[in-house]
Amino acid sequence: MSIGLDRVGVTVPGPDGPLTILEETTLDLTERRIALIGPNGSGKSTLARLVNGLVEASTGQVTVDGLDVATQGREVRRRVGFVFTDPAAQLVMPTAVEDVALSLRRAHRNRAERQRAALAVLEAHGLADLADRSVHALSGGQRQLLALAGVLATGPSVLVADEPTTLLDLRNSRRVADLLFGLEQQLVLVTHDLDLASRCERALVVDGGRVVHDGTGADAVAHYRATA
Amino acid sequence: MSDPLLGDYRPGDTVLHRLPAGAKLLALAVGGTVVALRSPTIGLVALAVSLVLVAVSGMGLRRTLRALRRIAVVVVLLGAFAVWQHGWWRAVESVADLVALVLAATVLTATTSVDELLDTLTRLLRPLRRLGVDPETVALAFSLTLRAIPTTLEIARETRQAAIARGLQRDPRALLVPLVIRVVAEARSTGQALQARGIGED
Repeated sequence: MSIGLDRVGVTVPGPDGPLTILEETTLDLTERRIALIGPNGSGKSTLARLVNGLVEASTGQVTVDGLDVATQGREVRRRVGFVFTDPAAQLVMPTAVEDVALSLRRAHRNRAERQRAALAVLEAHGLADLADRSVHALSGGQRQLLALAGVLATGPSVLVADEPTTLLDLRNSRRVADLLFGLEQQLVLVTHDLDLASRCERALVVDGGRVVHDGTGADAVAHYRATA
Repeated sequence: MSDPLLGDYRPGDTVLHRLPAGAKLLALAVGGTVVALRSPTIGLVALAVSLVLVAVSGMGLRRTLRALRRIAVVVVLLGAFAVWQHGWWRAVESVADLVALVLAATVLTATTSVDELLDTLTRLLRPLRRLGVDPETVALAFSLTLRAIPTTLEIARETRQAAIARGLQRDPRALLVPLVIRVVAEARSTGQALQARGIGED
Protein backbone atom coordinates (compact mmCIF):
# COMPACT_ATOMS: atom_id res chain seq x y z
CA MET A 1 0.00 0.00 0.00
CA SER A 2 1.07 3.53 -0.67
CA ILE A 3 -0.06 6.60 1.21
CA GLY A 4 0.70 9.84 -0.58
CA LEU A 5 0.58 13.41 0.65
CA ASP A 6 1.12 15.96 -2.08
CA ARG A 7 1.68 19.46 -0.69
CA VAL A 8 -0.89 18.87 2.01
CA GLY A 9 -1.58 21.59 4.55
CA VAL A 10 -4.20 21.93 7.28
CA THR A 11 -5.42 25.24 8.64
CA VAL A 12 -8.35 25.98 10.93
CA PRO A 13 -10.07 29.28 11.74
CA GLY A 14 -8.50 30.95 14.78
CA PRO A 15 -9.34 34.08 16.77
CA ASP A 16 -6.62 36.04 14.93
CA GLY A 17 -7.01 34.53 11.49
CA PRO A 18 -6.25 31.07 10.09
CA LEU A 19 -4.25 28.81 12.39
CA THR A 20 -1.81 26.39 10.75
CA ILE A 21 -2.03 22.89 12.19
CA LEU A 22 0.08 21.24 9.51
CA GLU A 23 2.38 23.12 7.16
CA GLU A 24 2.62 22.09 3.52
CA THR A 25 3.88 18.51 3.56
CA THR A 26 4.76 16.07 0.81
CA LEU A 27 5.30 12.42 1.70
CA ASP A 28 5.19 8.99 0.12
CA LEU A 29 4.64 6.32 2.78
CA THR A 30 5.21 2.80 1.48
CA GLU A 31 6.96 1.07 4.40
CA ARG A 32 5.06 -1.58 6.33
CA ARG A 33 5.42 0.10 9.72
CA ILE A 34 5.61 3.85 10.04
CA ALA A 35 5.72 5.78 13.31
CA LEU A 36 4.77 9.40 13.89
CA ILE A 37 6.43 10.85 16.97
CA GLY A 38 6.70 14.33 18.45
CA PRO A 39 5.48 16.54 21.28
CA ASN A 40 1.82 16.97 22.23
CA GLY A 41 0.02 19.32 19.83
CA SER A 42 2.72 18.95 17.18
CA GLY A 43 0.31 17.87 14.43
CA LYS A 44 1.06 14.14 14.31
CA SER A 45 -2.55 13.10 15.05
CA THR A 46 -3.74 15.54 12.36
CA LEU A 47 -1.30 13.94 9.94
CA ALA A 48 -2.62 10.47 10.82
CA ARG A 49 -6.27 11.52 10.53
CA LEU A 50 -5.70 12.87 7.03
CA VAL A 51 -5.14 9.29 5.87
CA ASN A 52 -8.79 8.27 6.22
CA GLY A 53 -10.43 11.66 5.91
CA LEU A 54 -11.21 12.27 9.58
CA VAL A 55 -9.36 15.53 8.99
CA GLU A 56 -9.72 17.19 5.59
CA ALA A 57 -6.71 18.76 3.93
CA SER A 58 -7.06 22.53 3.44
CA THR A 59 -4.60 22.37 0.54
CA GLY A 60 -3.04 19.59 -1.51
CA GLN A 61 -4.11 16.00 -2.03
CA VAL A 62 -4.01 12.86 0.13
CA THR A 63 -4.16 9.50 -1.65
CA VAL A 64 -4.25 5.89 -0.49
CA ASP A 65 -3.24 3.46 -3.20
CA GLY A 66 -4.08 6.11 -5.77
CA LEU A 67 -7.54 6.81 -4.31
CA ASP A 68 -8.20 10.44 -3.45
CA VAL A 69 -9.30 10.72 0.19
CA ALA A 70 -11.30 13.89 -0.53
CA THR A 71 -13.39 12.49 -3.39
CA GLN A 72 -13.27 8.72 -2.75
CA GLY A 73 -13.49 8.78 1.05
CA ARG A 74 -15.84 5.79 1.27
CA GLU A 75 -13.52 3.53 -0.73
CA VAL A 76 -10.52 4.79 1.25
CA ARG A 77 -12.18 4.07 4.60
CA ARG A 78 -12.88 0.52 3.46
CA ARG A 79 -9.13 0.10 3.09
CA VAL A 80 -7.96 2.14 6.08
CA GLY A 81 -8.85 1.09 9.61
CA PHE A 82 -8.46 3.60 12.44
CA VAL A 83 -7.93 3.02 16.14
CA PHE A 84 -8.35 5.88 18.61
CA THR A 85 -6.41 6.52 21.83
CA ASP A 86 -9.53 6.03 23.94
CA PRO A 87 -11.30 2.84 22.86
CA ALA A 88 -14.45 3.94 24.74
CA ALA A 89 -14.99 6.47 21.95
CA GLN A 90 -14.77 3.75 19.35
CA LEU A 91 -17.03 1.08 20.85
CA VAL A 92 -20.59 2.01 19.98
CA MET A 93 -22.58 -1.15 20.73
CA PRO A 94 -23.53 -2.44 24.20
CA THR A 95 -21.72 -5.78 24.13
CA ALA A 96 -18.42 -6.97 22.68
CA VAL A 97 -19.93 -9.36 20.12
CA GLU A 98 -22.47 -6.77 18.97
CA ASP A 99 -19.74 -4.20 18.43
CA VAL A 100 -17.74 -6.55 16.23
CA ALA A 101 -20.98 -7.56 14.46
CA LEU A 102 -21.58 -3.89 13.63
CA SER A 103 -18.31 -3.87 11.68
CA LEU A 104 -19.48 -6.96 9.80
CA ARG A 105 -22.91 -5.68 8.70
CA ARG A 106 -21.62 -4.91 5.22
CA ALA A 107 -19.91 -8.28 4.76
CA HIS A 108 -22.65 -10.48 6.26
CA ARG A 109 -26.28 -9.48 5.68
CA ASN A 110 -27.58 -12.58 7.46
CA ARG A 111 -27.66 -12.05 11.24
CA ALA A 112 -26.83 -15.62 12.23
CA GLU A 113 -23.83 -15.64 9.88
CA ARG A 114 -22.77 -12.25 11.18
CA GLN A 115 -22.99 -13.47 14.76
CA ARG A 116 -20.85 -16.51 13.94
CA ALA A 117 -18.29 -14.35 12.12
CA ALA A 118 -18.17 -11.88 15.03
CA LEU A 119 -17.59 -14.70 17.52
CA ALA A 120 -14.82 -16.07 15.28
CA VAL A 121 -13.14 -12.63 15.25
CA LEU A 122 -13.30 -12.46 19.05
CA GLU A 123 -11.94 -16.00 19.28
CA ALA A 124 -9.04 -15.11 16.97
CA HIS A 125 -8.07 -12.25 19.28
CA GLY A 126 -8.43 -14.22 22.50
CA LEU A 127 -11.57 -12.32 23.48
CA ALA A 128 -14.19 -15.07 23.10
CA ASP A 129 -14.99 -15.16 26.82
CA LEU A 130 -15.91 -11.47 26.70
CA ALA A 131 -18.44 -11.85 23.86
CA ASP A 132 -21.56 -11.07 25.89
CA ARG A 133 -19.94 -8.69 28.33
CA SER A 134 -20.99 -5.04 28.33
CA VAL A 135 -18.26 -2.93 26.68
CA HIS A 136 -18.49 -0.65 29.73
CA ALA A 137 -17.55 -3.53 32.03
CA LEU A 138 -14.27 -4.28 30.21
CA SER A 139 -10.84 -3.12 31.38
CA GLY A 140 -8.95 -0.52 29.34
CA GLY A 141 -6.75 -3.18 27.77
CA GLN A 142 -9.71 -5.40 26.87
CA ARG A 143 -11.51 -2.42 25.33
CA GLN A 144 -8.50 -1.49 23.20
CA LEU A 145 -8.11 -5.08 22.01
CA LEU A 146 -11.83 -5.18 21.23
CA ALA A 147 -11.61 -1.88 19.33
CA LEU A 148 -8.72 -3.34 17.32
CA ALA A 149 -10.66 -6.55 16.69
CA GLY A 150 -13.66 -4.54 15.46
CA VAL A 151 -11.50 -2.58 13.04
CA LEU A 152 -9.50 -5.58 11.81
CA ALA A 153 -12.75 -7.55 11.27
CA THR A 154 -13.40 -5.46 8.16
CA GLY A 155 -10.06 -6.55 6.63
CA PRO A 156 -8.39 -3.17 6.07
CA SER A 157 -5.10 -2.99 4.16
CA VAL A 158 -3.83 -0.10 6.30
CA LEU A 159 -4.24 0.41 10.03
CA VAL A 160 -3.79 3.87 11.51
CA ALA A 161 -3.44 3.78 15.29
CA ASP A 162 -3.48 7.06 17.20
CA GLU A 163 -1.59 6.49 20.47
CA PRO A 164 -3.24 3.11 21.04
CA THR A 165 -1.15 2.26 24.11
CA THR A 166 -1.15 5.63 25.89
CA LEU A 167 -3.97 4.77 28.33
CA LEU A 168 -2.82 1.22 29.01
CA ASP A 169 -0.73 -0.40 31.72
CA LEU A 170 2.51 -2.14 30.81
CA ARG A 171 1.03 -5.62 30.32
CA ASN A 172 -1.84 -4.47 28.12
CA SER A 173 0.42 -2.05 26.29
CA ARG A 174 2.70 -4.98 25.35
CA ARG A 175 -0.30 -7.09 24.31
CA VAL A 176 -1.61 -4.36 22.00
CA ALA A 177 1.89 -3.68 20.64
CA ASP A 178 2.45 -7.39 19.92
CA LEU A 179 -0.86 -7.50 18.06
CA LEU A 180 -0.03 -4.37 16.02
CA PHE A 181 3.48 -5.52 15.10
CA GLY A 182 2.23 -8.98 14.17
CA LEU A 183 -0.19 -7.62 11.56
CA GLU A 184 0.19 -8.14 7.84
CA GLN A 185 -1.34 -4.73 7.21
CA GLN A 186 0.58 -1.52 6.73
CA LEU A 187 0.70 0.24 10.10
CA VAL A 188 0.81 3.99 10.72
CA LEU A 189 1.42 4.41 14.43
CA VAL A 190 1.18 7.70 16.31
CA THR A 191 2.95 7.12 19.59
CA HIS A 192 4.84 8.55 22.54
CA ASP A 193 6.33 5.11 23.18
CA LEU A 194 9.79 5.50 21.70
CA ASP A 195 10.54 1.77 22.03
CA LEU A 196 7.62 1.08 19.68
CA ALA A 197 8.69 3.86 17.31
CA SER A 198 12.23 2.48 17.11
CA ARG A 199 10.81 -0.89 15.97
CA CYS A 200 9.28 0.75 12.87
CA GLU A 201 10.99 0.73 9.48
CA ARG A 202 10.36 4.45 9.16
CA ALA A 203 9.56 7.20 11.64
CA LEU A 204 8.68 10.85 11.17
CA VAL A 205 9.33 13.43 13.87
CA VAL A 206 6.60 16.07 13.79
CA ASP A 207 7.03 19.37 15.62
CA GLY A 208 5.18 22.66 15.28
CA GLY A 209 3.08 21.36 12.39
CA ARG A 210 6.11 20.28 10.35
CA VAL A 211 7.89 17.01 9.67
CA VAL A 212 11.30 17.94 11.08
CA HIS A 213 12.97 14.56 10.64
CA ASP A 214 12.35 11.53 8.48
CA GLY A 215 14.38 8.37 8.89
CA THR A 216 14.44 4.85 10.23
CA GLY A 217 12.73 4.23 13.57
CA ALA A 218 15.99 4.17 15.56
CA ASP A 219 17.38 7.19 13.74
CA ALA A 220 14.23 9.29 14.24
CA VAL A 221 14.01 8.36 17.92
CA ALA A 222 17.65 9.39 18.42
CA HIS A 223 16.91 12.71 16.70
CA TYR A 224 13.81 13.27 18.83
CA ARG A 225 15.65 12.46 22.05
CA ALA A 226 18.45 14.88 21.11
CA THR A 227 16.12 17.75 20.25
CA ALA A 228 13.20 17.33 22.68
CA MET B 1 -21.38 2.70 33.76
CA SER B 2 -22.73 0.14 36.14
CA ASP B 3 -26.32 1.37 36.31
CA PRO B 4 -27.79 1.61 32.84
CA LEU B 5 -31.32 3.02 32.69
CA LEU B 6 -32.31 0.49 30.08
CA GLY B 7 -31.22 -3.12 30.43
CA ASP B 8 -28.08 -4.22 28.66
CA TYR B 9 -28.88 -7.25 26.55
CA ARG B 10 -28.26 -10.53 28.35
CA PRO B 11 -28.50 -13.65 26.23
CA GLY B 12 -31.11 -16.12 27.47
CA ASP B 13 -33.68 -18.66 26.44
CA THR B 14 -36.89 -17.24 27.89
CA VAL B 15 -40.08 -16.84 25.86
CA LEU B 16 -39.31 -13.13 25.59
CA HIS B 17 -35.79 -13.81 24.27
CA ARG B 18 -37.26 -16.07 21.58
CA LEU B 19 -40.03 -13.65 20.59
CA PRO B 20 -39.15 -11.72 17.39
CA ALA B 21 -37.96 -8.16 17.99
CA GLY B 22 -40.71 -6.84 15.71
CA ALA B 23 -43.43 -8.33 17.93
CA LYS B 24 -41.83 -6.85 21.03
CA LEU B 25 -41.52 -3.41 19.43
CA LEU B 26 -45.14 -3.56 18.31
CA ALA B 27 -46.30 -4.60 21.80
CA LEU B 28 -44.34 -1.72 23.32
CA ALA B 29 -45.88 0.73 20.84
CA VAL B 30 -49.40 -0.59 21.57
CA GLY B 31 -48.71 -0.50 25.32
CA GLY B 32 -47.42 3.06 25.07
CA THR B 33 -50.62 4.09 23.28
CA VAL B 34 -52.96 2.27 25.69
CA VAL B 35 -51.45 3.81 28.82
CA ALA B 36 -52.01 7.24 27.28
CA LEU B 37 -55.73 6.65 27.91
CA ARG B 38 -56.72 8.45 31.07
CA SER B 39 -57.61 5.74 33.58
CA PRO B 40 -55.86 4.74 36.79
CA THR B 41 -57.14 1.17 36.29
CA ILE B 42 -55.38 0.90 32.91
CA GLY B 43 -52.20 2.29 34.49
CA LEU B 44 -52.29 -0.30 37.27
CA VAL B 45 -53.06 -3.13 34.81
CA ALA B 46 -50.14 -1.98 32.61
CA LEU B 47 -47.88 -1.96 35.67
CA ALA B 48 -48.98 -5.47 36.59
CA VAL B 49 -48.37 -6.70 33.03
CA SER B 50 -44.91 -5.08 33.04
CA LEU B 51 -44.05 -6.78 36.33
CA VAL B 52 -45.11 -10.13 34.85
CA LEU B 53 -42.88 -9.45 31.82
CA VAL B 54 -39.98 -8.59 34.13
CA ALA B 55 -40.48 -11.91 35.95
CA VAL B 56 -40.70 -13.88 32.68
CA SER B 57 -37.61 -12.15 31.21
CA GLY B 58 -35.44 -13.43 34.06
CA MET B 59 -34.05 -9.94 34.66
CA GLY B 60 -34.02 -10.46 38.41
CA LEU B 61 -35.00 -8.13 41.22
CA ARG B 62 -31.60 -6.40 41.44
CA ARG B 63 -31.48 -5.31 37.81
CA THR B 64 -35.12 -4.22 37.94
CA LEU B 65 -34.51 -2.07 40.99
CA ARG B 66 -31.38 -0.63 39.34
CA ALA B 67 -33.44 0.39 36.30
CA LEU B 68 -36.07 2.00 38.52
CA ARG B 69 -33.54 3.77 40.72
CA ARG B 70 -32.59 5.95 37.75
CA ILE B 71 -36.11 7.33 37.44
CA ALA B 72 -36.84 7.58 41.18
CA VAL B 73 -36.48 11.38 41.30
CA VAL B 74 -38.72 11.85 38.24
CA VAL B 75 -41.33 9.50 39.73
CA VAL B 76 -41.38 11.39 43.04
CA LEU B 77 -41.59 14.80 41.34
CA LEU B 78 -44.26 13.64 38.87
CA GLY B 79 -46.30 12.00 41.64
CA ALA B 80 -46.09 15.06 43.90
CA PHE B 81 -47.07 17.40 41.05
CA ALA B 82 -50.01 15.20 40.06
CA VAL B 83 -51.27 14.99 43.68
CA TRP B 84 -50.99 18.77 44.00
CA GLN B 85 -52.71 19.52 40.69
CA HIS B 86 -55.22 16.67 40.24
CA GLY B 87 -55.43 14.51 43.35
CA TRP B 88 -54.32 11.01 44.35
CA TRP B 89 -55.91 8.97 41.56
CA ARG B 90 -54.20 10.96 38.78
CA ALA B 91 -50.91 10.64 40.66
CA VAL B 92 -51.33 6.85 40.82
CA GLU B 93 -52.15 6.77 37.12
CA SER B 94 -49.18 8.93 36.05
CA VAL B 95 -46.65 7.04 38.18
CA ALA B 96 -48.01 3.63 37.18
CA ASP B 97 -47.91 4.60 33.47
CA LEU B 98 -44.32 5.83 33.68
CA VAL B 99 -42.99 2.87 35.68
CA ALA B 100 -44.85 0.38 33.45
CA LEU B 101 -43.35 1.87 30.27
CA VAL B 102 -39.81 2.07 31.68
CA LEU B 103 -40.04 -1.56 32.81
CA ALA B 104 -41.42 -2.67 29.44
CA ALA B 105 -38.63 -0.82 27.59
CA THR B 106 -36.06 -2.34 29.94
CA VAL B 107 -37.44 -5.82 29.24
CA LEU B 108 -37.24 -5.12 25.49
CA THR B 109 -33.58 -4.06 25.62
CA ALA B 110 -32.63 -6.80 28.09
CA THR B 111 -34.08 -9.57 25.92
CA THR B 112 -33.25 -8.23 22.44
CA SER B 113 -29.76 -7.72 21.07
CA VAL B 114 -29.11 -4.37 19.43
CA ASP B 115 -28.05 -6.27 16.31
CA GLU B 116 -31.52 -7.86 16.14
CA LEU B 117 -33.19 -4.49 16.77
CA LEU B 118 -31.11 -2.97 13.96
CA ASP B 119 -32.18 -5.73 11.58
CA THR B 120 -35.84 -5.42 12.53
CA LEU B 121 -35.93 -1.64 12.25
CA THR B 122 -34.09 -1.77 8.93
CA ARG B 123 -36.72 -4.22 7.64
CA LEU B 124 -39.65 -2.17 8.99
CA LEU B 125 -38.29 1.04 7.50
CA ARG B 126 -37.52 -0.47 4.09
CA PRO B 127 -40.78 0.79 2.46
CA LEU B 128 -39.70 4.34 3.32
CA ARG B 129 -36.67 3.99 1.04
CA ARG B 130 -38.88 5.25 -1.80
CA LEU B 131 -39.27 8.51 0.13
CA GLY B 132 -35.49 8.92 0.39
CA VAL B 133 -35.17 7.44 3.90
CA ASP B 134 -32.09 5.25 4.44
CA PRO B 135 -33.34 2.42 6.73
CA GLU B 136 -29.81 1.42 7.88
CA THR B 137 -29.01 4.97 8.96
CA VAL B 138 -32.30 5.44 10.83
CA ALA B 139 -31.92 2.07 12.58
CA LEU B 140 -28.35 2.94 13.54
CA ALA B 141 -29.52 6.31 14.90
CA PHE B 142 -32.11 4.45 17.00
CA SER B 143 -29.52 2.12 18.52
CA LEU B 144 -27.11 5.01 19.13
CA THR B 145 -29.90 6.82 20.99
CA LEU B 146 -30.22 3.79 23.28
CA ARG B 147 -26.46 3.90 23.83
CA ALA B 148 -26.53 7.64 24.52
CA ILE B 149 -28.82 7.33 27.55
CA PRO B 150 -26.39 5.51 29.89
CA THR B 151 -23.45 7.46 28.46
CA THR B 152 -25.12 10.79 29.21
CA LEU B 153 -26.04 9.66 32.73
CA GLU B 154 -22.42 8.62 33.33
CA ILE B 155 -21.14 11.99 32.09
CA ALA B 156 -23.64 13.73 34.40
CA ARG B 157 -22.36 11.65 37.33
CA GLU B 158 -18.71 12.45 36.56
CA THR B 159 -19.50 16.15 36.07
CA ARG B 160 -21.25 16.25 39.45
CA GLN B 161 -18.28 14.55 41.14
CA ALA B 162 -15.90 17.04 39.52
CA ALA B 163 -18.07 19.94 40.78
CA ILE B 164 -18.12 18.46 44.30
CA ALA B 165 -14.32 18.00 44.22
CA ARG B 166 -13.97 21.73 43.51
CA GLY B 167 -16.59 22.71 46.12
CA LEU B 168 -18.97 23.93 43.41
CA GLN B 169 -21.82 21.47 43.91
CA ARG B 170 -24.34 24.32 44.39
CA ASP B 171 -23.26 26.21 41.26
CA PRO B 172 -25.57 25.21 38.36
CA ARG B 173 -23.01 26.52 35.82
CA ALA B 174 -20.38 24.11 37.15
CA LEU B 175 -22.81 21.27 36.53
CA LEU B 176 -24.57 22.28 33.32
CA VAL B 177 -21.82 23.88 31.19
CA PRO B 178 -19.34 20.94 31.39
CA LEU B 179 -22.23 18.48 30.98
CA VAL B 180 -23.41 20.09 27.74
CA ILE B 181 -19.84 20.47 26.40
CA ARG B 182 -18.96 16.85 27.21
CA VAL B 183 -22.19 15.46 25.74
CA VAL B 184 -21.56 17.38 22.50
CA ALA B 185 -17.92 16.18 22.50
CA GLU B 186 -19.11 12.60 23.05
CA ALA B 187 -21.51 12.94 20.12
CA ARG B 188 -18.67 14.26 17.95
CA SER B 189 -16.32 11.45 18.92
CA THR B 190 -19.06 8.86 18.27
CA GLY B 191 -19.57 10.40 14.84
CA GLN B 192 -15.83 10.24 14.18
CA ALA B 193 -15.70 6.60 15.34
CA LEU B 194 -18.54 5.69 12.97
CA GLN B 195 -16.89 7.58 10.14
CA ALA B 196 -13.53 5.94 10.87
CA ARG B 197 -15.21 2.50 10.78
CA GLY B 198 -17.03 3.36 7.57
CA ILE B 199 -20.38 2.70 9.27
CA GLY B 200 -23.45 4.44 7.90
CA GLU B 201 -21.75 5.19 4.58
CA ASP B 202 -23.51 2.48 2.57
